[in-house]
Amino acid sequence: MPDSSTPLKSTPLYDRHVALGARMVPFAGYNMPVQYGGVLAEHKWTRESAGLFDVSHMGQARLTGADAVATLEALTPTDFATLVPGKQKYSLLLNGEGGILDDWMVSRPEGDGFFLVVNAACKDQDFEILADEIIGDTHFEVVDDRALLALQGPKAKDVMQAVCPAACKLYFMECGSFDLLGQTAFISRTGYTGEDGFEISVPNAIVGELWDLLLTFDAVKPIGLGARDSLRLEAGMPLYGHEMDAGYTLVEANLGFAMQKSRLNRGDIRGIDRIRQQLDGGLDRVRVAIRVLEGPPAREGAKILSEGGAELGIVTSGVPSPSLGYSIAMGYVPPASSDVGTKLKLEVRGKPYAAEVVTLPFVKNGYHRKPKA
Amino acid sequence: MKFTKDHEWVEVTGDTALVGITAYAANALGDVVFVEVPAPGTALKKGDSFAVVESVKAASDVYAPVSGDVIDANTDLSANPDTVNASPEGAGWIAKVKLTNPAELDELMDRDAYEAYLSTL
Repeated sequence: MPDSSTPLKSTPLYDRHVALGARMVPFAGYNMPVQYGGVLAEHKWTRESAGLFDVSHMGQARLTGADAVATLEALTPTDFATLVPGKQKYSLLLNGEGGILDDWMVSRPEGDGFFLVVNAACKDQDFEILADEIIGDTHFEVVDDRALLALQGPKAKDVMQAVCPAACKLYFMECGSFDLLGQTAFISRTGYTGEDGFEISVPNAIVGELWDLLLTFDAVKPIGLGARDSLRLEAGMPLYGHEMDAGYTLVEANLGFAMQKSRLNRGDIRGIDRIRQQLDGGLDRVRVAIRVLEGPPAREGAKILSEGGAELGIVTSGVPSPSLGYSIAMGYVPPASSDVGTKLKLEVRGKPYAAEVVTLPFVKNGYHRKPKA
Repeated sequence: MKFTKDHEWVEVTGDTALVGITAYAANALGDVVFVEVPAPGTALKKGDSFAVVESVKAASDVYAPVSGDVIDANTDLSANPDTVNASPEGAGWIAKVKLTNPAELDELMDRDAYEAYLSTL
């Protein structure tokens, strides 16, 4: 985490956020918009229309060379040899014990090389590790001359159709390079809201023009980090520093999809013994989705109790869900208490309130998936 | 109506008072989605946290602007928490208290002093 005494950085869109009336807050060392009009309205707008997010604080990097796959696989549980050009995968940066140091989106835009998007709060650490752990013929390059926008929601595709129609051919978790405003944009069909949408990496020099252009569409409104958090929570997506950190493994965090069978069989994953032991039943806690059935919202740090009052674990994120009209949370409980339908109590301000384990995601996602052949 | 630096208000009638949060506080919180009001009979000391107002993003304590015994609470806010945004200094009142130390009222700001205070924030 950046020291609070270091001056805050800004994205190239800072002046535009302020001009739009955003409330700016410090986040991961950046001065970022937490809301423009209001979190509730911004959340609902993204679910119904299209929300535009400045996520330029996130880290971007490129890995190229014949050994780029080897470099990435040494640090993650993901099979990158099978990541074909034009696709992307969710991955995790692991420490030597299999603890999670960050979560990444790794794309393979073209034949040679990978494009990484990493958490703002972790990027200095991640890039240091990557630079130190380069294997053989790998070239690692931090991409700090590009900004990143996310356009999310059911109408995102209509806007993209007008701005960069070629990008609409992408399905969920696909990516490519496209001409946009006379420059090369790297666009992927992904996001952090559970909606269909795009992430658009463009040179800093044109991000202001692109931001302004996207906001000319009636369907598009700017959305702050406040709604970004409530949207990702409804989508059941973990947030680094909340649902995961170096103390959790991917088995505990219920992020097994970041690990491929091939890697497990090969046994060359950091912390493999611990991961195997947990997969074989030696698991003390696991991330679950919780619906609050009564009382106040349960937020990060609230105790999770059994119906009888025994302490089971802790809430890692919680929010009154704007889409559902009740409060939702994620947290950790022992596997014996993790089955869907298990009745729990959540302790808020010293009082226990009824809750139950439910399925993830809380809100059905709207991804534009490739039809099964 | 009198005000605190923590952005609560008090409206006194005889020996009882309504208390709530100011328009400034309601606006700073954003959309209120949950309000926890105190139970009648609760004895409040000035400065105690006696209610909680929650937005999507955060939970905020509300502090007693004066000492008193809670004689009524605005239970309509459980079904309509957004009343706090729509009418923070009216229908969005939180509790009614019987004052136990009316002299404390002298320590609070009047509207002009509160407005002047807001302009320094």
